[in-house]
Parts: sequence; structure tokens; C-alpha cells
Amino acid sequence: MIGLPFVYTLAGLTFLAFAVLSLRDASNRKRWGNGAFWGLLALSMLAGDRLGDFGNGLLVLALVAIAGTGQLGRGAGGTTAVVRAERAARYGNKLFLLALVIPATALAGTFGFEHLPGLVNPKQVTLVSLALGALLALVTGLAWLRPHPAAPLQEGRRLMDSVGWAAILPQMLASLGAVFALAGVGDVVGQLMSGVIPAGSKIGAIIAFTVGMALFTMVMGNAFAAFPVMAAAIAVPLLIHQYGGDPAVVCAIGMLAGFCGTLMTPMAANFNIVPAALLELKDRNAVVWTQVGTALPLLAVNTLFIWWFAF
Amino acid sequence: MWVLSGIAVMVLGFVLRFNPLLVVVAAAAVTGVAAGLDLQAIVSAFGKAFNNTRYVSVVWIVLPVIGLLEAHGLQERARGLIAGLKGATTGRLLTGYLLIRQVSSALGLTSVAGHAQTVRPLVAPMAEAAAEGQKDLTEDEREHVKAMSAATDNIGLFFGEDIFIAIGSILLMVGFLEQQGIILSPFQLSVWAIPTAIAAFVIHGFRLWRLDRQLGQKEAGQ
Repeated sequence: MIGLPFVYTLAGLTFLAFAVLSLRDASNRKRWGNGAFWGLLALSMLAGDRLGDFGNGLLVLALVAIAGTGQLGRGAGGTTAVVRAERAARYGNKLFLLALVIPATALAGTFGFEHLPGLVNPKQVTLVSLALGALLALVTGLAWLRPHPAAPLQEGRRLMDSVGWAAILPQMLASLGAVFALAGVGDVVGQLMSGVIPAGSKIGAIIAFTVGMALFTMVMGNAFAAFPVMAAAIAVPLLIHQYGGDPAVVCAIGMLAGFCGTLMTPMAANFNIVPAALLELKDRNAVVWTQVGTALPLLAVNTLFIWWFAF
Repeated sequence: MWVLSGIAVMVLGFVLRFNPLLVVVAAAAVTGVAAGLDLQAIVSAFGKAFNNTRYVSVVWIVLPVIGLLEAHGLQERARGLIAGLKGATTGRLLTGYLLIRQVSSALGLTSVAGHAQTVRPLVAPMAEAAAEGQKDLTEDEREHVKAMSAATDNIGLFFGEDIFIAIGSILLMVGFLEQQGIILSPFQLSVWAIPTAIAAFVIHGFRLWRLDRQLGQKEAGQ
């Protein structure tokens, strides 16, 4: 059955190629740092399950030491604007078709593998489809555009260098969340939030729940960590049991109030910091600042929705 | 209360703009020590979680294809396509993308689009090209249009996906409520994501409309 091991192997080999190409990139003064960083990440993907918890912890510390001391650089290279314009004219709109191979495969895989039980692990079908889409697009691109065989990996490494340390920030923050959970941070925050509600005020409890979901999500970086804590502290005892609110409305909209928090925090790195790096924005928090204008009114709307629909 | 000191480290670290990876490790260490864990236990807990969350870093396997396409002029082509379309504006383009992203996420197709797969190679260059057609962009406006492209992808994803019954957050809620003795089906929860999805479309769509006005108005004043 195809599942995560296949995807991790593919990702490991990709990072390994990035590492080797980094080491051979004479235009990058810090090539040893880049080589070591992507190499360690390749090791994590390929052999993470055999390293043991403490071994993985040391691997993370090594990654942080490399990035934190500024050992990641960027190589030169890439194509010139003139060459790209000339190629864009030559290949035309068919380039879009190739770009759509990845989403189309992800789409077909998500639906198609349902009908082929036993082939792909159903819990991991989207990631497997994404990986297959990337492979299929790569093979099609190599056959059609006929670049130097190493060109895709070289271009991929160039993009990877522009993302830099931000590439592992989402994984780091998810791990921090696990340490927070182990230390019981959530329960303390939940007690604090339930302590600020004015007694007997239904709207006060609703606001404490939605704003608490958003704030706690901003701290943890995802609403999944916030929900069990805030729901146990406020939603279930007060909104559902004391005031008789509809649990489906309270919970569904409460989770979405948490998503408003996701929009407003650098802790949600894969949505907010990584795109800033990918789009090469000067301010790494530019996406967060842009989203505040949508997130705050939407948080207010979610609060009103619970008030209207749940009671 | 001391276990909250890790959160203070996070906030301080981000405000002082230290390298975020260092800030995260410092926050984990402070939190762990405050909770009475020894260093080896903290390192092990962190390592275990890092290994278990590798799937979030898998998305980078699309980079070779995206790089290959970019080297062959995909971004230039995306710009050219938009520049040739009459009436294409940044706001209209991004509103269309917002709708597509919300609807496809609501059908469970969350990884069909994304920052690496669609925003960098297609959506952001198209939005930029449309804005260039509206006025001569300053550097700040260019950054804002790009950031808005990324924001639109996020908002479309977040406020579409919860309509789909088999998404993680819905299953989490079903499981949590079951522990509390409240039995609900995923469908009962997912229908209540629809009002917020509509509100998100209206609010963000309004902001995109205003972005168009700003880009257009400045042209009139020149």
C-alpha cells in the first residue's frame, strides 16, 4: 500500500539532491551551511523513524544551529529575464497545462483512489496524490521541454534557497506545540480565559469563547490545539450546558473564530511566513498584516453568528 | 503559571526579530524547564514531534517542477495572459481565485492549490500584471498586491475547508464532543461553516474591491 513512507522517501531524495547541488555551487559563499542543512533534512525524511526521539531532537538542534548562526546562503544562477521571455513566447500557453498537472493529479487521485481500495492508504491519499502529481509533471516537463536532466533539481534548489530556514519553521512550531501540550500550557490559558468572564453574561461568555479561540490560536499557531482547551473551559460548561446553546453551532463557528486567529499570527508559519519567503517579500510579516483587515471583522461576525444561531 | 513563560519568550523573540528557529527552541526549553522536565526529555519530546510532523515539509517536493516551469517563462506567460485581457483588475482576479479556492476546499480539494503550487507561479504574477495595467506600481504597492495574493489563498482555504465533512478540524470536533457525551455527525457541524464562508467571501471581496479602487483612483489622479 502506498502511503507516507513513499512520500517521505521522495521528499528525502529531493532534499538530498538539493544538498549535493548546494555543495557544488561555487557561487554560494555559504555552500557548506546549505549543504549540511538540506542534507540533515534529507536524513530526517529518509531515516527519521530510525533515529529515535533523542536523535531526532539532536538533528533539530543541529538544523537550528546552522540557520541560527547565519550559515545559510543563496547561490547565484537561474535563467535571465531575456531567456525566460524568449521561452515564454516559444512554449506559449501550454506551460499552463503543465502547471495544472499537479493540481489535476491531486484532484484525480483524491477521488480516483477511493475506487481502488488497498492501493493507497486512504488517510494519506492527498499527500500521495500531490507527490504523484509532482512526479508526473516532472516527467512530462522533461519529455516536452527537454532541459538538462539536472535542471529541474537545480531550479528547485534555487527556489529552496530563497525560502531558506523558513522551510522548516512550520514543522518547528508544530513541535513546540507538542512541548506546550506536555507542559500543560493549554490548561493554564483555559483557566485564565474562563476567569475573565463576567458572571451571568451570555454575550460575555460568547465573546470570551470566540476571542479566546482567536488569541489561543495565535499563541499556538493552529486552532486544533486551541479548540479542546477553550471548548472544555468555556463552550461546554457555559454556552452549551448553562445557556443551552446548540453544540453544533457553538463548536463549528468557534473553530472558525480560531481560524481568524490563524490569519493573524506568525506562528502559523506555513500559511503566513512561508508565502512571504516564497514571494520574496521584504517584510516577512507582510502576509499577516494584510490579513488582519479580513480576520478582525470576520471574528466579530463569528461572535454574532453564535449569538444569533446557537440560542 | 510559569509554563506560560515560553509564550513570553515567543512574543519577545518575534518582536525583537531574532531568528525564529532560535526563538522556538528557546521557548521550548523555557517551557519545558518551567514544567519541571529535564533537558534530555525536552530534546526528546521536540525530536519526536518534529519527526511526526514531517508531512508539513513534504510540499517542497513540488519545487523542481515549479522551478523548471519558471525557467521556461511560466510567470512571464501568466503576466502576458492577464495583460492581454481587457477589464482584468487585481481585485476581480483575486475575487475569482477566492471563489475557486473556497469552492474547491469545500469539496475537500485542499491541496489542489497552495502557495508553492499556485500562488507563486500563477496567482501572484497575474495579480501583479493586472495591477500594472491599473497604474505604475510603487515598490510598496507591488509588495501589497503579492501579500494580498497569499492572503486570498489562505482565506479561501480556511473558510472553505470546514464545509467538507471529512476535514481534520471537523473530525476533531466530533471526537471531542463525543468525549463530552454529545453525539453529533460531521454533517451537522459542517453545515454551520457555510454562514462564515459566505461572510468571509463578502468581507474579503469588499477589501479586494477597495484595493481596485485604490489602484484605479491613483491613476485618475496622475
